[in-house]
Amino acid sequence: MSLLSLSNVTVRYGRLTAVRGVSFTMAEGEVLFVTGPNGAGKSSLLRAVAGVVAPAGGRIDLADHDITGRSPETIARLGLSMVPEGREVFGSLSVEENLLVGTGMHAGTRGWRARCETDLAAVYATFPILKDRRRSQAGLLSGGQQQMLVIGRALMTNPRLMAIDEPSLGLAPNIIDQVYDRLTELRRHRALALLIVEQSSTRAMMVGGRMMLMRGGEILLDGDARALGQSEAMQSAYFGYGEH
Amino acid sequence: MPGLLQILLDALSLGSLYALGALGIALIFGVMRLVNFAHGDVIAFCIFALLWPSVDVVPIVFAGQLPWFLLIPFVLAVGAGLSVLAELAVFRRFRHANPATMMIASFALGFVIRYFLLMLFSSRPKSVQILPGLSQPVELLGARIPLLQVVTILVTIAVLLALVAVLRRTRFGLEMRAAAENFTMARMLGVRANRVIMGAFAMSGALAGAIALILGSQTGTADIMMGSSIMLMAFIATVIGGLGSLFGAVLAGFLLGGVSVAMQFALPLEARPFRDAFVYGAVILVLLWRPQGLLSGRAAKERV
Ligand SMILES: Nc1ncnc2c1ncn2[C@@H]1O[C@H](COP(=O)(O)OP(=O)(O)OP(=O)(O)O)[C@@H](O)[C@H]1O
Ligand SMILES: [Mg+2]
Repeated sequence: MSLLSLSNVTVRYGRLTAVRGVSFTMAEGEVLFVTGPNGAGKSSLLRAVAGVVAPAGGRIDLADHDITGRSPETIARLGLSMVPEGREVFGSLSVEENLLVGTGMHAGTRGWRARCETDLAAVYATFPILKDRRRSQAGLLSGGQQQMLVIGRALMTNPRLMAIDEPSLGLAPNIIDQVYDRLTELRRHRALALLIVEQSSTRAMMVGGRMMLMRGGEILLDGDARALGQSEAMQSAYFGYGEH
Repeated sequence: MPGLLQILLDALSLGSLYALGALGIALIFGVMRLVNFAHGDVIAFCIFALLWPSVDVVPIVFAGQLPWFLLIPFVLAVGAGLSVLAELAVFRRFRHANPATMMIASFALGFVIRYFLLMLFSSRPKSVQILPGLSQPVELLGARIPLLQVVTILVTIAVLLALVAVLRRTRFGLEMRAAAENFTMARMLGVRANRVIMGAFAMSGALAGAIALILGSQTGTADIMMGSSIMLMAFIATVIGGLGSLFGAVLAGFLLGGVSVAMQFALPLEARPFRDAFVYGAVILVLLWRPQGLLSGRAAKERV
């Protein structure tokens, strides 16, 4: 049984088609990188999965539920946690309040408060800087701290699948390393599947796992990150050599 | 010339009304980028809910005879109920429409409410006695002050404190603040859009009820147009305060009240009938100086 499955998914903005009939599946606990140049449709693909845009065609299933065209909150409640492009912290809320926004979906269940506390402690253990800054306004954090905050915030919902759009965008290389160290660490401790969008394949090759190359709204290549990353096919597909 | 204390109380109590009105508008604007022009008519509706439908000048009071501890919750609930109904029946259908369309829908809804009242009650203002105990003056620092003014100010402060407590201390408040800042992100974290928006409408409607109670006891009349002038000033206050900023709306509401009352005393006698023109002139100056409002809210973010 697959955790996430897309079949023939199309995303349109008016007359522009951003994603053209994309199909793939992801297994429980899998790491999948989606790479590709600007305008490839990577973010649009994630937005369709998260329910932020309704697909113009096709079908998306998450954990055996048809989520095509469902609302973002319904999809989040089924176990998808999305970290969108540009991070989107709630700048006027404190760091801790940011972390707590997503815990409401389990409110009222038994032992909810206690779980909130342990989850919060776990996030603080992973990102100690967030604990130090927990009373500060989130908008005042640095870019790297904000990236850690939104990953922590996504974790607080106890997702089965976390989708992250360009976690390295605008960060210094050593901060990117830290972010990825945390992500791989998290994967080891939880049964968490990761769907990560990055423009370049370098990170995917370092972290390992599966990688897809997207371009012009379609998936051109799909395979092992390290093997694909070194291949000729990857280079030519990324830049579109030999098509003209 | 009346004492300084009286001027201050006039300013604060008028400002209270504007602040409560502005808050009702800002709450809804915060979560769905809608300027709800039906708000004034919700205020009027709350007062008429106390009367049996009739066209007589002295109407048959219905819920208006309730003791205060039932009357107040009743009026607040009427406001909240009507407001939530408006969301369910009208605004929900326009949620993905552009802001201008939603605004026009709110105008239309306002007219529907107003003409509904007109049909049942005719356009003649009715005399109502709500909370008559409040019209007596009290002695304060050697001056005779209308008790109602003091109560108005105290009630407003209590409402503001309660609102701050809800927004800061409850889960609903947290979700609402998150949603007001970035609705899509809040939804991706599982925050239910419908629940937050309904909550905002309920709170806004209850605020309309509070204004209705204050206005009704101040004037002793129920008038179909009574909400409109408040609504206009409240709308201006939300714009000056920075659309989307709750604190700004409250601040600007009190500021407008203060300026109005100050002009009442400061303007030369011949100019006083045109006081509102001067107030609006001051508003234009403020907006030329700070077009984004005094405290610009994080307004321009995407809607649901
Ligand atoms: N909200 C939108 N409205 C209209 N067109 C859009 C919208 N969002 C994206 N597009 C268009 O859809 C196409 C795919 O965009 P998308 O953001 O999905 O690409 P991307 O692969 O994430 O690019 P990047 O690496 O630059 O983030 C682009 O041509 C873009 O201009
Ligand atoms: Mg993108």
